[in-house]
Amino acid sequence: MPEHPDFLWRNPDPQKAYDVVIVGGGGHGLATAHYLAKNHGITNVAVLEKGWLAGGNMARNTTLIRSNYLWDESAGIYEHSLKLWEGLEEDLGYPILFSQRGVLNLAHTLQDVRDSVRRVEANRLNGIDAEWVEPDEVKKLCPIVNTSDDIRYPVLGATYQPRAGIAKHDYVAWGFARRASAAGIDLIQDCEVVDFLREGNRVVGVRTTRGDIACGKVALASAGSTSVLTDKLGLRVPIQSHPLQALVSELLEPVHPTIVMSNAVHVYVSQAHKGELVMGAGVDSYNGYGQRGAFHIIERQMAAAVELFPVFARAHLLRTWGGIVDVTPDASPIVGKTPYDNVYLNCGWGTGGFKATPGVGWTFAHTIAHDEPHTYNAPFTLDRFVTGRLVDEHGAAAVAH
Amino acid sequence: MQLIECPWCGPREEVEFHYGGQAHVAHPENPADLDDEQWAHYLFFRDNPKGLFAERWSHSAGCRRWFNAVRDTVTYRFHTVYRPGEPRPQEGPVPS
Repeated sequence: MPEHPDFLWRNPDPQKAYDVVIVGGGGHGLATAHYLAKNHGITNVAVLEKGWLAGGNMARNTTLIRSNYLWDESAGIYEHSLKLWEGLEEDLGYPILFSQRGVLNLAHTLQDVRDSVRRVEANRLNGIDAEWVEPDEVKKLCPIVNTSDDIRYPVLGATYQPRAGIAKHDYVAWGFARRASAAGIDLIQDCEVVDFLREGNRVVGVRTTRGDIACGKVALASAGSTSVLTDKLGLRVPIQSHPLQALVSELLEPVHPTIVMSNAVHVYVSQAHKGELVMGAGVDSYNGYGQRGAFHIIERQMAAAVELFPVFARAHLLRTWGGIVDVTPDASPIVGKTPYDNVYLNCGWGTGGFKATPGVGWTFAHTIAHDEPHTYNAPFTLDRFVTGRLVDEHGAAAVAH
Repeated sequence: MQLIECPWCGPREEVEFHYGGQAHVAHPENPADLDDEQWAHYLFFRDNPKGLFAERWSHSAGCRRWFNAVRDTVTYRFHTVYRPGEPRPQEGPVPS
């Protein structure tokens, strides 16, 4: 593991007023702050975090990065993000352990195969690296996958995106935070927004547990807690918050050279740099804010993992945890303007927000700076639920929302 | 695994149940009168409270009947369950 630099970020008290207040000091909020400074020269900015920086979903995700989404709209923003990931260490001047080890999305039925091949072709049309691989090639890419044909859900092949990968989530957050802080942006922890100060169609300030803070613009980037904030604004958003669980094994020798995901048996696995197997599945069905979920979800996940990877049968589970993800009806995010003149919304990433971190930071900063959507987030408006222009991405999300 | 009280069968394990989202969302009485925005809200927009939430559950691996529950979305604890058509009880724990 790389050594940390002496300086990470300042820990200032809040000032009376800022040009922009970002609510939520997770990956998305910090990336937005970084690109506001870097791309737009806007540095009179505060990032307000109710807990500690990047202690919510950023600390609880499974760190997978890929862009093999079906629809053009999703491919646009996730591929923009992947390209930024590829240059992020240089941009941040900070190690993030970005490892492009590729992702296999397994197909287990004939219909899976057809849908997968369709997604590969759609990816290629969008300039995204993707290929269809047969079971023997799956075995070459990840030798521990069980490709025998006598299991309940045999592996009939997979889509493969070689540029997909993982990164060290904490380092990503700290890299963005360090750059934003150095640019003059105040990162304020232990500062919960409890209400908004409104004048007509504008929000002129936020009421926080550390006092009132006036602001020119407000950007919400608070993942699972978005509804709690939008309810205070009288703004209804079509999201439901669910617990999404993940877990890690004890440290193992390197055995798992890529990322493997399976929608049908429902597990995804990668091996972290230190050696833990990092696993996740879909969300718990019910709404929840408790940052934990039901144990039977983990049991099912383990059963799927052991069927796909018999070698894991005797591995020990070390830790499980839950993040709170906000899920939209079309499994796509909501990024952009709101009915308020100066309030911007970034939410609804469901189970897939980590991979979007630099991409959404870039486009959300553009939206805030110019008061208009960036090309890549323009399709993800709040009003698509009224106009019907949904980006129905359940299939390529590869995780049951 | 938590036990959920089916109003007909009594307490059963959570895996026997299926979640159905917010309760008491009534189908519009005159659907033709709704504009796009009203339709969108009926179809896509639901409450998402941090705390007590009235929601629908189905005892799908038991009696297969739907019922309503008031559950806390932070603790996940069921405070009360009640049959369809019954009014939402006062918020608070089930009297024992």
